[in-house]
Amino acid sequence: MEKNLIIIGGGPAGLAAAKSAYDAGERDILILEREDRLGGILNQCIHNGFGLHTFKEELTGPEYAARYIKEVLDRKIEYKTGTTVLSIDKNKRVTCASESEGLMVYEAKAVILACGCRERPRGAINIAGCRAAGIFSAGTAQKLINIDGYMPGKEVVILGSGDIGLIMARRMTFQGAKVKAVVELMPYSSGLNRNIVQCLNDFDIPLMFSHTVVDIKGKGRVSSVVIAAVDEKLNPIKGTEQEIKCDTLLLSVGLLPENELSRMADVNLSPVTGGAVVDDDMMTETDGIFACGNVLHVHDLVDFVSEESEWAGARAAAYIRGEKAKGEKVAIGAEGGVRYVVPQYALRDGEENLKLRMRVGNVYKNVRLCVVCDGEEVYSKRCMIVTPGEMETVSLNEKQTRALKNCKKATVCLKAVEK
Amino acid sequence: MKEMICICCPMGCRLTVDDSDPGNIKVSGNTCPRGAKYGKDEMICPKRMVTSVVRVEGGDAAMLSVKTSDSIEKARIFDALALLKGVTVKAPVKIGDVVVADVLGTGVDFIATKDVAARAK
Amino acid sequence: MKKIVIIGAGVIGCSVARELSRYEAEIIVLERENDVACGTTKANSGVVHGGFDAKPHTYKAWFNVRGNEMFDKLSKELDFPFRRNGAYVLCFDDTKWDGLKKLYDQGIENGVKGLKVVTGDEVRQREPYVSEDVKGALWCPSSGIVSPYEMTIAYAENAAANGVKFVFEKTVDRLERDGERLKVVCMDGDVYEADAVVNAAGLYSDELNNTVASKKYKIVPRKGEYMLLDKTSGYLTSTTLFQLPTAMGKGILVVPSVHGNILLGPTAVDIEDKDCKVTTYDGLAEAFDKARITMPSLTKKTVITQFTGLRAHADAGDFVVGWAGDDLPLYNLIGIESPGLTAAPALAVQAAEDVADYTALAFNKNFDPIRKGIPCFATMTEKERAEIIKKNPLYGRIVCRCEVVTEGEIVDSINRPVGAKDLDGVKRRTRAGMGRCQSGFCSERVMEIIARERGIDMTEVTKSGKGSEIVVGRVE
Repeated sequence: MEKNLIIIGGGPAGLAAAKSAYDAGERDILILEREDRLGGILNQCIHNGFGLHTFKEELTGPEYAARYIKEVLDRKIEYKTGTTVLSIDKNKRVTCASESEGLMVYEAKAVILACGCRERPRGAINIAGCRAAGIFSAGTAQKLINIDGYMPGKEVVILGSGDIGLIMARRMTFQGAKVKAVVELMPYSSGLNRNIVQCLNDFDIPLMFSHTVVDIKGKGRVSSVVIAAVDEKLNPIKGTEQEIKCDTLLLSVGLLPENELSRMADVNLSPVTGGAVVDDDMMTETDGIFACGNVLHVHDLVDFVSEESEWAGARAAAYIRGEKAKGEKVAIGAEGGVRYVVPQYALRDGEENLKLRMRVGNVYKNVRLCVVCDGEEVYSKRCMIVTPGEMETVSLNEKQTRALKNCKKATVCLKAVEK
Repeated sequence: MKEMICICCPMGCRLTVDDSDPGNIKVSGNTCPRGAKYGKDEMICPKRMVTSVVRVEGGDAAMLSVKTSDSIEKARIFDALALLKGVTVKAPVKIGDVVVADVLGTGVDFIATKDVAARAK
Repeated sequence: MKKIVIIGAGVIGCSVARELSRYEAEIIVLERENDVACGTTKANSGVVHGGFDAKPHTYKAWFNVRGNEMFDKLSKELDFPFRRNGAYVLCFDDTKWDGLKKLYDQGIENGVKGLKVVTGDEVRQREPYVSEDVKGALWCPSSGIVSPYEMTIAYAENAAANGVKFVFEKTVDRLERDGERLKVVCMDGDVYEADAVVNAAGLYSDELNNTVASKKYKIVPRKGEYMLLDKTSGYLTSTTLFQLPTAMGKGILVVPSVHGNILLGPTAVDIEDKDCKVTTYDGLAEAFDKARITMPSLTKKTVITQFTGLRAHADAGDFVVGWAGDDLPLYNLIGIESPGLTAAPALAVQAAEDVADYTALAFNKNFDPIRKGIPCFATMTEKERAEIIKKNPLYGRIVCRCEVVTEGEIVDSINRPVGAKDLDGVKRRTRAGMGRCQSGFCSERVMEIIARERGIDMTEVTKSGKGSEIVVGRVE
């Protein structure tokens, strides 16, 4: 079968991309979603705090998803749920399978990867100890409670103070569990202050910075964890161990873009973001394959996922019409405290105002976020504080965009504010 | 006197709120005026939105997510949650449907935040 | 009909059960866990050893070489993954050539074929990620890799198909002499009378023997910690990489798995606790640091899990194979540590023949040596995938996205003979949850399928046996 545009993933990224591709004139669109309903991970994020940027109101996850699902349904965009994409190659041949329709093969003119991210598991962080039941990633626990209606445990320790971990501390507390501590390896949290206050402080849940879990005990089920302080090199300090009785350990230790399909299509991935390397049309280095949302880089707010994905959808539609910007690429580097910038490249003859999204590598106060083109500072924004937990966005105007696109070497960096 | 973290921006200023004179609450430690307002509001009557789930019968999902239609006093969160215990609603449910009306006499309702269709027979 | 009781459902117990099912007898396997392959069998390197490592004229040497030769036919009959990938024993020190030479001579004496001493450059030509410090190596082309639990499950399923009965969660307390027979007394008070008992109790085989026989044994659990790397690291090596052995074992291996992961380990520490399954901070660090001697470019970035295995090291040093003495009808298989997995097929044939001989069993004319595994969606061609979904639409529902495991496979794994009962059982049979997300996405779906197929509540679904329930109650 042939399709102009296949969007892999029916979460916030895929829905927004579909909507804007349609609005840009594309009609032959198919969204493939592996779960049984559209909405992606938002369906299990029942807390509020979504949509302040997009809708100027505070929605819960399912409500935010419902707004975009409505946009897609109103446009009668085709979608298939319960359908998993099995493979995709660089010629945009997509195979997928579902219970009701069997194996399906599509030849697409363009593909948008919008498959989101996954949680870093226990194994990836090398925590020693037993392999008993009761160790969950925070998202798995969230799904068990909010979607399936089962409690993963009663006495809980949470490792990692990412937003999902913080949200789950409150969620488990609401359902009658006792959250004994949230333990964070770094000297700062990667979660939002708002979540630290409203999910931990409100319920007197201790947050222990520069600590980690060094042992998990229990036969059958977890019975306790041992935590310890860490030194500057993040190694546990002997003698600081303390044992906390609990039946559950939740892990909120980071998210990784899910790029299994991208690899099959020879999409070039960035070792820093874990997502594809893209140009300012959100197109990967494999012709006609686009990426947006958390599969590209892990976002802090869903509003930015929607925004980025709408752009990707519109540009994919332009690509299908043969109107994609071409020409030489200008690399946009990240330096001086900036860990990465997306997109990694700008195309010289693209017209639109550039939007650069980035994350920093540490907490910096009173700095300037600058865009430097061939040694000349074309943009600068003063920031009271930047933290690794929050994505920064730089919106360049027409003139600044042109300066960037006409230079040889562009970088984004942090600079100290001169007194 | 109370210590708190301002949540208005990522700065996370550590505020000290002095309420020894209830008519003149003083906030220190803030970097900007938003912090002063936040500190005062949190001191006088902190409010929170409450979100949770209840069971659904006969729907295409097992659980229905709900929220308070407006924020309620922080001190009453657990009393409000207790009202959801044992509540089961029948599908179909639409976003905005009232699940528990007038929570604790506040005039605030628990409302559905998700559409649940009736299960196809 | 004669009654044979096999105690232990690891690779030894299950392989003996299958070989004994060639004879006409009532055969019962008693296992304390809720599944096969739950002890030493599930946590080892998965290497089918060539046989150069064991001292000549030992049971270890004899059964290793014979066992190794059986794998090609056996893996086809029983449909389990096996690959002859070859192994190098790496020498890092010009002064240690003697060590390699000694292994070579030992291998020749043991009857290992194809052994060759090669230079470091020859090693790196085949395996470019091997350290520049490697000066030379012993090449053993007959070395292979296998999935130990899939092999054991295959043995068990074939045994069951040929009439063997498996009883799980049945812990044996002791053996009692009963004239010329034996009584197997269980912890719950159940008693099984037997014309012969096969002791395949792994780490506990010493204690079992010691309850009735005058010749006593002692098993020292030797702990080994491992790290498993994601399939994206599979390019690092296709052959098994040993380091020249030390007194404590074969050193740290870097070895591919039959499914394309890379395994690092094991450490070797003698401990007391036979139930110990924990990994330690220091142990994992040691496994990793030593593996880096073989392959300096290894990083922890692609580690997806860690685990601990216990080897049943007998103080005697060699395998204990044969009748326990005192005219007891007790057949011992004690101290079956490495190369026990490799030796298992040969040990099983030997044990079955000995037991059949002793109890005068007739051949089972209906014995069927063929077992078919669960059709594996992940490795099918597009055409095969289309066909199997047409036949069974549940194959169109992908449950584990990392390993591409379908609901069809999971349902099959639960419902076939000696089927999976919980998450780990499903994982070992289908690989659901074995991938890079380590069941983050699929565990809850698999739980639902287990609950549905077994007719139990979600709160009763376990990870690995009683006491490992995954959820503690319903949200009310």
